[in-house]
Amino acid sequence: MIKDITIGQYLPGNSFVHKLDPRVKIWLSFIYIIILFIVNKYSGYIFIAAFTLITILVSKIPIKYLFKGLKPILWIIIFTAVLNAILTPGITIYKIGPVNITDKGVYLAVFMVLRLIFLIVGTSILTLTTSPIALTDGIERLLNPFKRIGVPAHELAMMMTIALRFIPTLLDETDKIMKAQMARGADFETGNIINRAKSLIPILVPLFISSFRRADELALAMEARCYRGGKGRSRLKQLKIEGRDYVAITFTILLMIISIVSRRWSI
Amino acid sequence: MEDSMLLANNIYFYYKKSDDEKIEKSIALKGVNLNVKKGEFIVIIGHNGSGKSTLAKHYNAILVPSNGDVIVDGMNTKDSSKLWDIRQKAGMVFQNPDNQIVATIVEEDVAFGPENLGIPPEKIRKRVDEALLAVNMLDYAHHGPHLLSGGQKQRVAIAGVLAMRPECIILDEPTAMLDPSGRREVLDTIKRLNKEEEITIVLITHFMEEAVEADRVVVMEDGKVVLEGSPRDVFSKVEEIKRLGLDVPEMTELAYELRKNNINIREDILTIEEMVDEICRLK
Amino acid sequence: MSIKIENLVYKYMIGTPFEKTAIDDVSLEIKDGEFIGLIGHTGSGKSTLIQQLNGLLKPTSGKIYIDGEDITSKDINLKKIRQKVGLVFQYPEYQLFEETIFKDVAFGPQNLGLSDDEILKRVRRALEIVGIDFEKYKDKSPFDLSGGQRRRIAIAGILAMEPKILILDEPTAGLDPKGRDEILEEIRKLHKEYNNTVILVSHSMEDVAKLVDRLIVMYKGKNILTGTPREVFMEIETLEKIGLAVPQVTYLVRELRKRGINIREDIITVKEAQDEILRLLRRDKND
Repeated sequence: MIKDITIGQYLPGNSFVHKLDPRVKIWLSFIYIIILFIVNKYSGYIFIAAFTLITILVSKIPIKYLFKGLKPILWIIIFTAVLNAILTPGITIYKIGPVNITDKGVYLAVFMVLRLIFLIVGTSILTLTTSPIALTDGIERLLNPFKRIGVPAHELAMMMTIALRFIPTLLDETDKIMKAQMARGADFETGNIINRAKSLIPILVPLFISSFRRADELALAMEARCYRGGKGRSRLKQLKIEGRDYVAITFTILLMIISIVSRRWSI
Repeated sequence: MEDSMLLANNIYFYYKKSDDEKIEKSIALKGVNLNVKKGEFIVIIGHNGSGKSTLAKHYNAILVPSNGDVIVDGMNTKDSSKLWDIRQKAGMVFQNPDNQIVATIVEEDVAFGPENLGIPPEKIRKRVDEALLAVNMLDYAHHGPHLLSGGQKQRVAIAGVLAMRPECIILDEPTAMLDPSGRREVLDTIKRLNKEEEITIVLITHFMEEAVEADRVVVMEDGKVVLEGSPRDVFSKVEEIKRLGLDVPEMTELAYELRKNNINIREDILTIEEMVDEICRLK
Repeated sequence: MSIKIENLVYKYMIGTPFEKTAIDDVSLEIKDGEFIGLIGHTGSGKSTLIQQLNGLLKPTSGKIYIDGEDITSKDINLKKIRQKVGLVFQYPEYQLFEETIFKDVAFGPQNLGLSDDEILKRVRRALEIVGIDFEKYKDKSPFDLSGGQRRRIAIAGILAMEPKILILDEPTAGLDPKGRDEILEEIRKLHKEYNNTVILVSHSMEDVAKLVDRLIVMYKGKNILTGTPREVFMEIETLEKIGLAVPQVTYLVRELRKRGINIREDIITVKEAQDEILRLLRRDKND
């Protein structure tokens, strides 16, 4: 059913990676991305590949599942490869009409594709092993220090939580309204673009009205439960950085050092 | 009045409407007097637009009266410095279970109220577990609310209020959107909280079989309290109740019809057992 | 218009670990002009069943014939089926979207491609059936009305398509007693006047006892009982086992009989109970 789709495709689990503090996971993901851009030799990639593979194995995410996530961006990957291969100057190794594929081009193309794949795989490990609610929690707490300069950390997190909470409800509702209008002879499948866009009005108007009503009632219910913004609020779940978090941090920093050193290597 | 939990003292409420023609309609409450005692289980009935929801929102200081006073355990709802104390003391449960659950995990939602009150985490944990236990939903603590039934969602909403340790819970048609078994679950929960935890209950409903279980029934019509008393007293006034567009329990109706046919049966029958006893007596 | 369902099966999310059989081999027949009550616990398959009757859901296997025509075949014109089989969903007022009541009720007929005259005629008649004054309300916004009135507008939106089969999924949910009685009365009158086939999904045993010719009881995707309300409500044990109940008065006569009072067992409405108790008490006096 449509309502079972969860954003970020979180895969519940109980692994080492799952249990890491969300704040740590967000930070380490950032560092991982930086590392990807520090590395400029293939030798550096060997370490990144090892690190990524170990993380995947420890997190117990099926590798097949992970690579499924690459499918939608397959075209971007091919595009990057082709562009790099033909636009980089160097010794021509293959010629198709006016297009020259150079040795440096191929070198760079493979390099860029690898970088892109590592980027996607690495960041999806974050969303696959962190529940949306933990992610929201992590973001809120990471943004907390910036409250003083006017970043509405709590409000952003609350909005994200409510959005996550209402996604299944609204999907369900869309389904119901669509069916109700189809029962009245509405047709969403035929006609040109303008007609199709028009045919969405009978769905969108009720959906908007009901969303506003829901928002109104939710606001009332929140106020009735003493909600008055982030000030003076405590939390049921406290985030605590534990031993395993330090282990993860250590390994990532190690990878960072290697990647910096690897810039000086020959290949 | 020392044992008063909720006191409505001749309250009026005008909706501020910019609409020019409907001035008359915008008066939602026209002088309501009602004293809900501590530990009481009160049911408010009345057709849609009779003002019962408006009254309910006054008890939680979501609305404040245009005239008159609402006193919640000694605190006037007009006193804005007491706002949060009032809302903690008089919790509220609404009709649509979907639109009052904030979090994506049951226990996080129950924790929402205590978190707003700034209670320390260990204490919240304890309160959440106790509240979920009280509504018999502890097994669902880690579930997503969208996978629960309507009755279960409403019990989560009640737990969310309970975790704030209120003395009184106001429920605004909590069973209107539920199926019969969901209604039963919610009503049983409410009754248990009233009996065992001594929580004052104000229940607004359209279902007369729920009203039968109350200590006192209050009937509203056109912004006023028009009838009030024990379920037995109120429902025995069959004609008046019907005139107000409401129902009486089926057994009361049957007794009424029999009396119309010159059968000398008690008019204040509410339950099947009472009806059986009466018929056996007459025979 | 008749309905014939043969070995209907409907499964959700086939091929996933969440696979669930919502309709499990249901076969039944509904005759032209019958007033059917469809009852069952939430999740028993009622809603899934009615959504297949106008092609909103495609069965996994099995056949559905509407007036002899197989609506599960591939080349069926679904629009035509949806005109014949009108389905009023739960809380239908949430599907209203037009600026005026006239336009909203006209949405269905318009989709059928009818002429303006015909649309006007149908909207007028549909509003009349649900007790909404056409002249007074046609240019008003549906959103200015009360909940009960909005629901009647939404029901009129289906009626204006003049379906031969009308299916209503809990049309009185969430209404106050007066609103509930009004809608049920309109449905009863409609059935009497036009003699179309009506399927009413309800949780209220008292309501179906008063209204319908025949009950269909669903449980775990199966049609486990069918018959007149009188027949079905005699199966108290079966009904209670599947989370349903019988009307209060049926419980009453059962209790009376337990006390040794000789009263008819198959009583399902207050009126019947009243007549029977009167007969009982008067007979004793005459003895």
